[in-house]
Amino acid sequence: MTMAEPVGGRFGEFGGRFVPEPLVPACEELEAAFRTAWADKDFRGELNRLLADYAGRPSPLTECHRLSGELGLRLLLKREDLNHTGSHKINNVLGQALLAVRMGKTRLVAETGAGQHGVATATAAALLGLECVVYMGEVDIERQALNVFRMQLLGAEVRSAVSGSRTLKDAINEAMRDWVATVESSHYCLGSVMGPHPYPWMVREMHRVIGDEAREQCQHLLGTDPDVVTACVGGGSNAIGIFSGFVDGDAALVGVEPAGGAAIGRGVPGVVHGSKSFLMQDEHGQVLEAESISAGLDYPGIGPEHSHLAAIGRARYESVTDDEVVAAFELLSRTEGIIPALEPAHALAWVSRAREELAGQSVLLNLSGRGDKDVDQMMDRLEVERESFGNDGSTE
Amino acid sequence: MSADPGPLEAVLRARRSQGGKALVPYLTGGLGDWQAALAAAADAGADAIEVGIPFSDPVIDGPVIQEANDRALAAGITPLGVLDALGRLDIGVPLVVMTYYNIAFRFGLERFASVLASQGVAAAILPDLPLEEAGPWTEAADAAGVETVLLAAPTASDERLGRICGRTRGFVYGVGLLGVTGVRDELASSAVLMAERLKQITDVPVLVGVGVGTPEQAEEVCRVADGAVVGSAVVRRMLDEDGPAAVGKLIGQFRRTLDRG
Repeated sequence: MTMAEPVGGRFGEFGGRFVPEPLVPACEELEAAFRTAWADKDFRGELNRLLADYAGRPSPLTECHRLSGELGLRLLLKREDLNHTGSHKINNVLGQALLAVRMGKTRLVAETGAGQHGVATATAAALLGLECVVYMGEVDIERQALNVFRMQLLGAEVRSAVSGSRTLKDAINEAMRDWVATVESSHYCLGSVMGPHPYPWMVREMHRVIGDEAREQCQHLLGTDPDVVTACVGGGSNAIGIFSGFVDGDAALVGVEPAGGAAIGRGVPGVVHGSKSFLMQDEHGQVLEAESISAGLDYPGIGPEHSHLAAIGRARYESVTDDEVVAAFELLSRTEGIIPALEPAHALAWVSRAREELAGQSVLLNLSGRGDKDVDQMMDRLEVERESFGNDGSTE
Repeated sequence: MSADPGPLEAVLRARRSQGGKALVPYLTGGLGDWQAALAAAADAGADAIEVGIPFSDPVIDGPVIQEANDRALAAGITPLGVLDALGRLDIGVPLVVMTYYNIAFRFGLERFASVLASQGVAAAILPDLPLEEAGPWTEAADAAGVETVLLAAPTASDERLGRICGRTRGFVYGVGLLGVTGVRDELASSAVLMAERLKQITDVPVLVGVGVGTPEQAEEVCRVADGAVVGSAVVRRMLDEDGPAAVGKLIGQFRRTLDRG
């Protein structure tokens, strides 16, 4: 199989365009504009130039020699953490911001969880001279103060989402409400492969570069595809990006969700934020609040293409606990000198847990972001653990 | 143009043919003494009443209705709880359920439609279910005899408005402005324009809501529209715990103002 354009905005039974009527023409306009721009070599050339000269692509592939030895497998990292702004998010945001300019929009609206997408959007807005408003849950504003300040430094306005669980899902609600009111001048720069058509398709296409580069790099290093390709999944954009390079081959694709936000692991099909997909909800259809150590994965839903890949058995989805994630965060830091973001630490947590199953295999892991933003939070958590163990500060 | 309009459309057409304007308030199910408030609204002259089934993520609603949703959910209301109560209610006006699609989807579309019908609910509004996605629901609703009211927005082309008016039942809900539900200081110019565009296209009753918060604003939009939907202003009264009496008083003010035209 290959990842083609979704027919009628659907990936199998998932996807669609479930938005309030005022937004339907905007989604149609965006779909048409994206299709034209994506086929326009000048547009692609401009985007590729920014991805290379501004964001620093291609991102390297790093073989983890020490950690591979420890785990008994061959671990390769796709280094999206080395992109400008520190995560894969910049790929999508540069594309959408260029598209917004092309459509004559003067303002970007975005949601953010951990702040990575918000920072990336604020960056692109600064680069292209666009106004920028980022919605962020009140809870996330508290735990990601550094990224809030970065966004403000970049000239964006950060607005607190105070409804519901006050995390990513509520930030999306607020961003959609803003977009309903400002649709004529604003582009909603959605940060994941979710939302109404064309977003899941468009955002995937903008992250496809991760998978295309990684496949070529793997060919060079391994002479073949890796046995396993894995990535963390909240909405699922970095995972779709890297999966898209390998979906037509034989590599096993494994998405890793947080146990407290496992849409596929614990959800059933539902409709929220514009598309039909797996969703954590109660028996009445009320959306449940996700709970994870990682603000970026603190989302009860998942992009519709992931639901489709799970339904047809092309990808499988595992979940890991916060404690496993913290251990993986420390493990990669200590063995490879790479401090990962908590989000991709989920994927490593699964690799570490599944090491026996994966023994001797080559495993490509999308290291979607760097851990600087999480250092404060981890310092607090690890200090607490050290005190409670009453030892001298070593966690080993 | 339905040969045999459902009970909601029949009531609204009758109001129009008598030279009057329709008044449709919105109340949140499960919020405070909401059943008494429904009765008070009907007594004060509402032609039909929209009852919201609270949803955790109401993306087209502003702060007032969000708060009403949160409070009602915290008080433990469920979709079936709202519908059971509506079935026991006898207030003499058609009831319209307004909720988000996931509530109906999780319930099961056919089951949701048949429960609406069995509880005496005339119609449903699902604001995040646009025309292109509405097929499975409208099929179930049509089969159960439930009227599906579609929204029409200022951003739509005339061609799109025509298709919406062709598929809507009961009335066409003209969205008065680009934005979420809530009271504004003035009626947006887009509200009257929306009504004019719809009136040129359709014979189905045209009601305008979103941003219609005072009797004067309702009067202004009803110079063109066949009626108005009033939500946040009514729900505000319930949040302030003035209760059903305050709701009745407010609806009475709207009624008198619309009737003096």
